[in-house]
Amino acid sequence: MSNSLLDARRAAREQQDYEPLVRLVPYARFLGVQVSMADGQPRSRLPYKPSLIGNRALPALHGGVTAAFMENAALLHLLLQLDQDRIPKSIDFSIDYLLSGRAEDCHAACEVSRAGSRIANVMIRCWQSDPARPIALARAHFLLSAPE
Amino acid sequence: MTETDFHKLLMQRFAEFTPHVAECGMRIVALDRDGADAELPYRDDWLGDIERGVIHTGIVTTLVDSACGAAVLAAIGHIEAIATIDLRMDYLRASRRGLSLQCRAECHRLTDQVAFARAQVWQDDPAVPVATAVGAFMRSPAKRSQFKSAAEGKA
Repeated sequence: MSNSLLDARRAAREQQDYEPLVRLVPYARFLGVQVSMADGQPRSRLPYKPSLIGNRALPALHGGVTAAFMENAALLHLLLQLDQDRIPKSIDFSIDYLLSGRAEDCHAACEVSRAGSRIANVMIRCWQSDPARPIALARAHFLLSAPE
Repeated sequence: MTETDFHKLLMQRFAEFTPHVAECGMRIVALDRDGADAELPYRDDWLGDIERGVIHTGIVTTLVDSACGAAVLAAIGHIEAIATIDLRMDYLRASRRGLSLQCRAECHRLTDQVAFARAQVWQDDPAVPVATAVGAFMRSPAKRSQFKSAAEGKA
């Protein structure tokens, strides 16, 4: 079992310190992802920075960034909510874009539709200033690690 | 501007007009009416699982979205704003530490309003893809494109 993952999960659950968890995923750190708890559920936040822009003229966030942020939110959600020994492997990911991402922070919340012994199905919702107006909806499947 | 000029502009200035593409160091290495080839040099920032030495699938999606966008614009053949409607990624195998990612994207159907694209991603061997993807894009001729001012010679 990975001790760093175990320690990161303990820090998150016992001290509400999510930094060690994000540090375990270099790409999440690169994007600038932050994690907190809201209504007892993990919530990811992507603070806006100009380097996340895809279309400078509109301006709009890069669609890939929105997708990557949402997929990563699902990954962190599983790490926090399940007792996985290792980082789950992505099988597939499907995203529907509803609104253009503005030059603002993004938030993502996840729902685990099902977590069996091998596969987890996660629905992800992403919004900016108004939680009632999602900018994208996504679904991801992950391969879970068997308990040792 | 001719279609060839537009393709040249798109290839050379894609990163310049797409801040996140520049930030990632992504390059369009070939582009014509039939599709686009994009390359993403390796960085430790791309890792998703340090222990296994595996690249995060999120950056693979970013590469695919960018390459598909370039392929759609190349098929249109002139400046236009496009927006991703949806994207579906299949992660066929893990992307390994230390190797760049290569993407081939093609727009296989272009209508007045919608473009359909597909892509394949690999590392050192095109016959061993790490991901395949399909996506739909909305065309918005009236909207501002980041390439517009450059094409008009204002940039």
